[in-house]
Amino acid sequence: MLNEELKTKITELLPAATFEEGGDPIAIGWLTIQVEPGDWLSLAQKLRNDNSLLFDYLFCLTCIDWKTHLTMVYHLSSTRYRHNMVVKSKLDRNKPEIESVSAIWRTADFHEREVYEMFGVNFLNHPDLRLLILPDGWEGKNPLRKDFEDAVNMIKL
Amino acid sequence: MYRQTEIINDASQNPSLGGSGETGDLIINVGPQHPATHGVLHLVITLNGETIKKVEPHLGFIHRSIEKMCESLSYRQFIYVTSRMDYLSSHINNHACALCVEKGLQVEIPPRAQVIRVLMDELTRIASHELWWGAMAMDLGAFTPFFHAFRERESINDIMEETCGARLTMNYIVPGGVMQDLHPNFQNKVKAFMQLYKRKIHEYDELVTGNIIFQNRMKNIGYLSPEDAISYGCSGPTARGSGVSCDIRKIYPYEIYDKLEFDEVLETAGDSFARYMIRIREMQQSIRIIEQLIDNIPEGDFQAKTKAVLKLPKGDFYSRVETARGELGVYIVSEGGTTPYRIKFRSPGFSNLSVLDHIARGSKLGDLVAMMGTLDLVIPDIDR
Repeated sequence: MLNEELKTKITELLPAATFEEGGDPIAIGWLTIQVEPGDWLSLAQKLRNDNSLLFDYLFCLTCIDWKTHLTMVYHLSSTRYRHNMVVKSKLDRNKPEIESVSAIWRTADFHEREVYEMFGVNFLNHPDLRLLILPDGWEGKNPLRKDFEDAVNMIKL
Repeated sequence: MYRQTEIINDASQNPSLGGSGETGDLIINVGPQHPATHGVLHLVITLNGETIKKVEPHLGFIHRSIEKMCESLSYRQFIYVTSRMDYLSSHINNHACALCVEKGLQVEIPPRAQVIRVLMDELTRIASHELWWGAMAMDLGAFTPFFHAFRERESINDIMEETCGARLTMNYIVPGGVMQDLHPNFQNKVKAFMQLYKRKIHEYDELVTGNIIFQNRMKNIGYLSPEDAISYGCSGPTARGSGVSCDIRKIYPYEIYDKLEFDEVLETAGDSFARYMIRIREMQQSIRIIEQLIDNIPEGDFQAKTKAVLKLPKGDFYSRVETARGELGVYIVSEGGTTPYRIKFRSPGFSNLSVLDHIARGSKLGDLVAMMGTLDLVIPDIDR
């Protein structure tokens, strides 16, 4: 499906979604949409199951710390139609919360655990939200946030 | 720092350690230092008798926080760190980063550099699969194949050493092209390698593939359905063994892959043996690609003209490449400066590892090593 068609389809599914222009200029030109954290789970289910969309492959899930807020970024792809899109969602930096999508795409289980420990995002209804990479006792300190300080292990250039 | 693991009797009663409270559950630790994990991976396995009930990977023993490091490195410097992620496909890692930066800079790469890049990628893929093949057979108790695999892999490493100056962490593919021109011996050596390889390839099948003990340990072990492979985000040979077409070189071609003749190798069985066959056949496809290119390296520049200090425009950039293990994604968020604001490496090993628990449940402990081997895990790639 072309980006224009995707755009109309998504507006149908979620009228509140806003579209982001620009970004990746010559690249594949993926459609980028912004959604509210509250709308994400229901939209995700529709994206995965709608017969004309079938976004069944979540190939990247990450978070960006913008100092004023956090942004969750989901890269989706369809193995049948080969179309891609990006979903972004702004989170409150002091109390970041978003619904887990690990029941829809099971790869999200590990990726969300990584984002949880690195950024402190709380994924609601995640089956097993624990530290994955960091050693025990790191809860509350989030290394990939911009204000993270570690006097021992960090070398500043 | 080791994670706390309570003594066996208590662990079976403790739900947080995977115990179900039933008598007869046994928790064992494999790793972090264990030859079969090919690195420092720690698996906490819940067993009922000999049957696996749960496999829980604990990561991070070789976590260097490459993503955080890259935030303070310039677009020329961060390539060097990425060679240390999946050290068996360092060329391809460098390639992914270079592609992503080039997308932002909008530079055209000279044809010579493109061909060199593809040649290097395919040689790396063969070298990586060779090492996997040797290690795989060794996991199952056959020691000789390891030496056979390393015999061929050594000649690739020698080729790399001459041109790139390194045998493992190449740092050869840089934004704009490649670091330096090919060594004059390159073409002859690659041709000599291909002749050697073609004479030896049948040994692989005779030694391992056709071996009945090997086949019995691989067939119908670790079944992964295509739906699960997609849902767990598997890519590369792991997903193609289940019949999922996911070769980035075919679906979203980069460089000159769309002009080359090669097949995407697919198997439908979904078991360990299918994943094994995929890699064996992929090596032959890589040879096919190298054959098409080795006599047709165009003359010209090996690097496009770029500024000394690179600056990416504001925005998001994403590049996808096919490494020996699967899909590697590089996601750069730029604020317009000389360093990336945020970098995310979507490593193939991380997603492939997450499927281990799913495919291992219900099988015997002795088969776990065979399943892990066919996922082809490289731990620095998972931890990053």
